Amino acid sequence: MPDSAAPVFALPEPFAGWFGARGWQARSHQLALTEAALAGESALLIAPTGGGKTLAGFLASLIELEDKGRRSNTGIPALHTLYISPLKALAVDVQRNLMAPVGDMELDIRIETRTGDTPGHVRQRQRRTPPDVLLTTPEQLALFIASDHAKDFFADLKCVIVDEVHAMAASKRGDLLSLGLATLGNWAPACRFIGLSATVKEPEALARWLAPDARIILAEGGVSAEVDILVSRERIPWSGHSGRFAVPEVYEAIKAAKMALVFVNTRSQAEVMFQELWRVNEDNLPIALHHGSLAKDQRVRVEAAMAAGQLKAVVCTSTLDLGIDWGEVDLVIQMGAPKGAARLVQRIGRANHRMDEASRAVLVPTNRFEVLECRAAEAAVEAGEIDGEGLRQGSLDVLAQHVMGRACGDGFDLAPLHEEIIRAAPYADLDWETFERIVDFVASGGYALKTYDRFHRIVRRPDGRWVARTAQDAQQHRMNVGAIVEAVQLAVRLASFVGKGPGAPGEKRAVRAGRKLGEIEEYFISTLVPGDTFLFGGEVLRLIGVEGLDVLTVRAVGEKPAIPSYNGGKFPLTTFLAERVRQMIHDPGQWDALPGPVREWFAVQARRSSIPPPDHLLVETFPRGERHYMVCYPFEGRLAHQTLGMLLTRRLERMGAKPLGFVASEYAMAVWAMEDMAGLDMGDLFHPDMMGDDLEAWLDESALMKRTFAHCAQVSGLIARNLPGKEKNSRQVSFSADLIYDVLRSHEPDHILLQAARQDAATGLLDVRRLSDMLVRIRGKIDHNALDRISPFAVPVMLEMGREPVFGASVQDAVLGEAEDVLVRDAMRE
Amino acid sequence: MTDEGEPREAGSGRPRSSFDFAQDERSRDVEQAFDPDYDAGHFRAMTAVAARPSDTLLHLGGEMLLPLPEGALWWATERVLVVSDLHLEKGSAYAARGQMLPPYDTGATLDLVERLCAQLLPRTVISLGDSFHDRAAELRLPEAYAARIKALTGAHDWVWVEGNHDPDPPAYLGGRAAKVLRIGSLVFRHEPTGEAGEIAGHLHPAAKVKARGRMVRRRCFASDGARLVMPAMGAFTGGLNVLDDAFAPLFPEGLMAFALGGERVFAVSAKSLVPDVATSARWRL
Repeated sequence: MPDSAAPVFALPEPFAGWFGARGWQARSHQLALTEAALAGESALLIAPTGGGKTLAGFLASLIELEDKGRRSNTGIPALHTLYISPLKALAVDVQRNLMAPVGDMELDIRIETRTGDTPGHVRQRQRRTPPDVLLTTPEQLALFIASDHAKDFFADLKCVIVDEVHAMAASKRGDLLSLGLATLGNWAPACRFIGLSATVKEPEALARWLAPDARIILAEGGVSAEVDILVSRERIPWSGHSGRFAVPEVYEAIKAAKMALVFVNTRSQAEVMFQELWRVNEDNLPIALHHGSLAKDQRVRVEAAMAAGQLKAVVCTSTLDLGIDWGEVDLVIQMGAPKGAARLVQRIGRANHRMDEASRAVLVPTNRFEVLECRAAEAAVEAGEIDGEGLRQGSLDVLAQHVMGRACGDGFDLAPLHEEIIRAAPYADLDWETFERIVDFVASGGYALKTYDRFHRIVRRPDGRWVARTAQDAQQHRMNVGAIVEAVQLAVRLASFVGKGPGAPGEKRAVRAGRKLGEIEEYFISTLVPGDTFLFGGEVLRLIGVEGLDVLTVRAVGEKPAIPSYNGGKFPLTTFLAERVRQMIHDPGQWDALPGPVREWFAVQARRSSIPPPDHLLVETFPRGERHYMVCYPFEGRLAHQTLGMLLTRRLERMGAKPLGFVASEYAMAVWAMEDMAGLDMGDLFHPDMMGDDLEAWLDESALMKRTFAHCAQVSGLIARNLPGKEKNSRQVSFSADLIYDVLRSHEPDHILLQAARQDAATGLLDVRRLSDMLVRIRGKIDHNALDRISPFAVPVMLEMGREPVFGASVQDAVLGEAEDVLVRDAMRE
Repeated sequence: MTDEGEPREAGSGRPRSSFDFAQDERSRDVEQAFDPDYDAGHFRAMTAVAARPSDTLLHLGGEMLLPLPEGALWWATERVLVVSDLHLEKGSAYAARGQMLPPYDTGATLDLVERLCAQLLPRTVISLGDSFHDRAAELRLPEAYAARIKALTGAHDWVWVEGNHDPDPPAYLGGRAAKVLRIGSLVFRHEPTGEAGEIAGHLHPAAKVKARGRMVRRRCFASDGARLVMPAMGAFTGGLNVLDDAFAPLFPEGLMAFALGGERVFAVSAKSLVPDVATSARWRL
């Protein structure tokens, strides 16, 4: 059970004096954590933003380091504390914040950062004479573990501090870090593990993730927040996510605040919102834009201007969710539904980054269903409830990378490595057979056809120890460390033309790459054709072409952009909020809190169709135009609904309903077909057995599976992203990964990497677990209404029709066939 | 039979630089639009020789050739099967450098070649260069695969055209070697020179097509009616977009792509093609 912090412990000098001189008093959770840490215990501190977490984490280390007697046993300089944060910038910021008390107290403590930006000679010096405290990232830890004499380097380690644990644990990056922590625990048995986290739903699971015996320390208090939902004077749209209708009111709210953060869920929404705000910005308020695609120097400028209080508002994405204090923000505006109560709390915490003042937040629903979601999130925050993903089962591709890393460092013996790995929570259930298969995969690819004996990457020495076969194998591994496969980012640049004047149409002119505006995923650009326009950095740009890693563009002033759909920051609705939404819909007592048009919408729905009880699934069928429609409302998020759509259409095909296509939204899924579906047995149609063969068959063919496989192939080291001397671009990687996928699938369908990819696709991208939970939950509880026309609930999802590609077995051939038709038409034209 | 025979009569009276393609019923109209005198019955018969669902044909140097969705080319009148850029043992070449790609690429590629040989019963099989991924490939070749290749070279007049990856013919696998091969009006060599009547490989052409809001990228044959570049057939071989600058000097009048579909080959006109984003420093505005 969590201990509530009872301050019996007193800080020693000079620390007590330092607090006193500032008129501060150490908070009880800071004391409790310091006491536990000094006793060598591992602990997870859960405190809201602004709770003085970081200092709490470091106090024990500073006290130990100040007291020379408690330094390294050997007298040789050794690393005492390793701090790991998800963000490079956070490590740098923490260094700055730590240097203040260390400087004030004139402590003789060396604190250094080590990130991807650290120059080679500094890295070498850090290895020769380690600092007392090293601030770094999970990837750098993986790199350390894979280097020579890593074990000796960490032998005297006393403390590991993991910051923002909640943001890392349930991800592949978290898998890699947890394996790294297990290794450190093995190499430095005296080491304690301190975790710093925002409020989470299951602290016990997170504590276990940090270390097998970590205790939990909860900070008292929490976010007190004033959350309002902006009820627009305009009618709330039926669908869409732009929030354009509310822009004038958002602008007014910005005007009334000192400084506002306007959070949106995707980068494309950020672009649109930024443009719309400037369209109404008659007072020329300093409103800026901040998202992950913008050039770094541009982001840094925005951050500096915020810190200096020069801005009135910043439109931003999750890039500003975490970490650093940006100054006097007193209002957070959330455009669109926050998708989860925990995310909302995190974002609200960005306003008044102090524990003793209430934060102010305004939620702006962008369509009718989002009104419900915003209301549910608001109620959850008021009630102090929070959602959270449970911990995940560790990915096998990450495990393969770690095994290779261990071989590149000091090498490993089989049985002790297995013991070490199962101490990492995500891999606690890893059986010996799977472990051996992974080792075999790392060594030789793990194929049933054993033809690569000569080429093993890791080999077993006569003493039984596994090591990298050659220095080159080790170097290649080190160049490819990390669990994030970022879509390769291309630099967006303004092009300038070589030569003069506009040439004749169709003439080719040489262009030169100019100023960099930011970065964009190659995946997005590959969907464009030269000449297409898109919104980027608040401007409309026309794509000229791509050269190497540069996207060449010109400004297309006054043109209507093809809205950028570049991904980034799309979150599905959490299960927790979905449940609250379902309950709210069913309970008319809660409707009073909703705006008039939404109440009216519900009332008509109740008359014309019905409002389902929270644990039921409403299915409606109705004709429209020449077609027949079926709409259901699971509220399980777009990913799960897309998977459901794929599976249902296959089944409808077999039942003879001749489905033509489907569309999924966050809340609902609609299928249309040639035949009436009202007569079908809905219990059969929605039977959970669709999660069996149909799922597997569809999954194997899907482009998504190929992308997932490409990720796994890279993370596991099957395909090197970086080779000594050259860098592949992602198209080469993904193209060859597709070929590998096809060949492997037809020759060895049970290969461990295909298993890893299926597991990843099923848990992450497709929300299969959520879909199957839903199908089980609604068995025998399907309310089917056969209607003569569309219901009010069906309108939003029907409006999204046409935005999704039509399904079909041979869509690719159909595309080629269409291109050929163009040719035939040309040939036939006189 | 290398240099025997006169130029074929099959396409006589027809402009050598035109394409023909046929598709079911609709295609007959197209043929007639090109050439009202053309004997559609003869055309059908040619297709029937192959007994395959694909009946997109292309003409080159007066010869009628059938591009196959597997990426091979069938010259029915001479019973010649052309395959190109097999890159056998590419997987093991990567494995030797620490990337353990599946060891099944050679098997998968040989499956295709064996199937085509069994269906078409060619007299001659031309492997148009880069048959092996590197000089050491033959040494790495597992015995089972070597035996399958020997069976193929023993059953046909098998020609290894030299490629840049495999300048020396395989020593122990049978077949004969050639730098360049001429049959009638057609010339077979690995690296294209642009000569009329040339069938070459080397470039691994791929076509990217956009329609219905989707992008499809496939290996393809590239031709302007006077010369032809074959797609790479190896299981692990990638493709180079036909709009890349490398193709421009070979096809000064532009080219047409014959993209490999699942069941048949699709003729794609230049205007339906889209470039890969990373191709060239010069862009059409």
